[in-house]
Amino acid sequence: MSIKRLSPEDALALNRFDVDEGNPHIIVDKAICAKCTARPCLYVCPARLYRIKDGQMTFEFAGCLECGTCRVTCTDGGVTSWKYPRASFGVTFRTS
Amino acid sequence: MADDSFDAIVVGAGPAGCSCAYTLAKEGKSVLLLERGNSAGAKNVSGGRLYTYALEMVEPGMYQRAPLQRKIVREQIMMLGSNTAMTVDYADYGFGENVPQSYSVVRASLDEWFASECESQGAMVASAQLVDDLVVEDGKIVGIKCGEDEMRANIVVAADGVNSLLGQKAGLFPDTKGHAVGVGVKETIELPDEVISQRFALKEDEGTARVAIGCTDGISGGAFMYTNKGSISLGIVFNPEQAAKNGRHIQEIFQEFKMHPAIQALIDGGTSIEYGGHLVPEMGYHGIPKKLHREGMLVVGDAAQFGINTGLIIRGMDLAIVSGLAAAKAILAAKTSTEVGPLYMQQLEELGLLNNMKAYSEFHNILGITRIFKEYPALANQIMHFMFTVDGKVPPPMLKQILQIVKNNVSWGQIASDGWKAYRSI
Repeated sequence: MSIKRLSPEDALALNRFDVDEGNPHIIVDKAICAKCTARPCLYVCPARLYRIKDGQMTFEFAGCLECGTCRVTCTDGGVTSWKYPRASFGVTFRTS
Repeated sequence: MADDSFDAIVVGAGPAGCSCAYTLAKEGKSVLLLERGNSAGAKNVSGGRLYTYALEMVEPGMYQRAPLQRKIVREQIMMLGSNTAMTVDYADYGFGENVPQSYSVVRASLDEWFASECESQGAMVASAQLVDDLVVEDGKIVGIKCGEDEMRANIVVAADGVNSLLGQKAGLFPDTKGHAVGVGVKETIELPDEVISQRFALKEDEGTARVAIGCTDGISGGAFMYTNKGSISLGIVFNPEQAAKNGRHIQEIFQEFKMHPAIQALIDGGTSIEYGGHLVPEMGYHGIPKKLHREGMLVVGDAAQFGINTGLIIRGMDLAIVSGLAAAKAILAAKTSTEVGPLYMQQLEELGLLNNMKAYSEFHNILGITRIFKEYPALANQIMHFMFTVDGKVPPPMLKQILQIVKNNVSWGQIASDGWKAYRSI
């Protein structure tokens, strides 16, 4: 493979994720997000896990890099709970 | 542990936690070092340069055992235009002599090594352990909880990183805010070692560190590039609040930077092997929480928001190591549990950490001069373009044209106010 522009999905596929199925470590209240106009999460999440689909906020915790940016930038409190994934789950970096 | 209690529990096996655990264990203290990743370093992301003096403070010569990458002898500053780039390349081979000043590092191997050093000094290291809560008795922190398990110690050292949920749980400080941090994204790109040496004009153990501006779509922030052994770390740190207002995704801006012809040429033929994201404390001295301790607990490293970013120099890991050492020294010296906190603050002074941060205390204001991230790099590139263009046409008078280029990008009033702001910041 040579160097090319990576989509967020391609970039995340480089990492190892052990997904704690059914047990998200970040809880997003979509009703709050529906009223939020700023929505910084759409632009600042390095993994681009916050997206608008059919006019609704969606959040996918599986590819989370555990950086905390969504929590510290959230303006309206839609990120109601932010924890680290349970032990042995989440992202594993081989280099970084 | 006969009575199931430790002298110290250190939460987080990054540079701060390891430096603390190592020093305590070496002095014969019983230490439990907990790491939430499957191994130390597995959850950690950094740009990738460690200033060696910090390891030397922990133990002279220790750096020689560490899995460091390349000793940095070339410092480069790059200003990018859309299809142009201007780079200042400062080679200083003195930086590589004796105890080399700094090394590029890869956290997965660095942190794992540091944790194993703690283990060899007798610390108990437990990975895949997420600390959920603190145990508090009579207003004093006496231990931690991992799920159902409760573990006790005379002191808990929170080395749990920039998000420090433990420091928040202890009521020492509120959560970080978007304006106080940068969000960094990074790709690690694998390339044969010889290719890296050739492209950057390096001997095999030498390395380059590069910072770049003009690649953030006008958002406060900049890029970095470090040469490792067999890989290159490439990333950008953005101000997240500005990024959100800007309305373009940071991952996309980073990809554009990566594909800039002047960057792409350096990583061409390589393979992206990892993508990381991380928060960086950006407020420097003013970002340090007022309270870094309470009875039974100390906060070290990123958790204490220790960081220096001058634009040219980015420091975090060295400060983390020094703060871990300061915590260990305070714990060793204290006769009662109430003494530990004040002794820690005293050690942070004595080891020079706070004064180092004070020396750059206003530098974060430079990040507020937004034209540094777009207009000035563009201006520099346009002047270069003008000066190096030969196309057979009669060129306009040089000084007049340069002034015109300046005027096209910024007003004299803006230059004056930015210059004044920069002067006041440094």
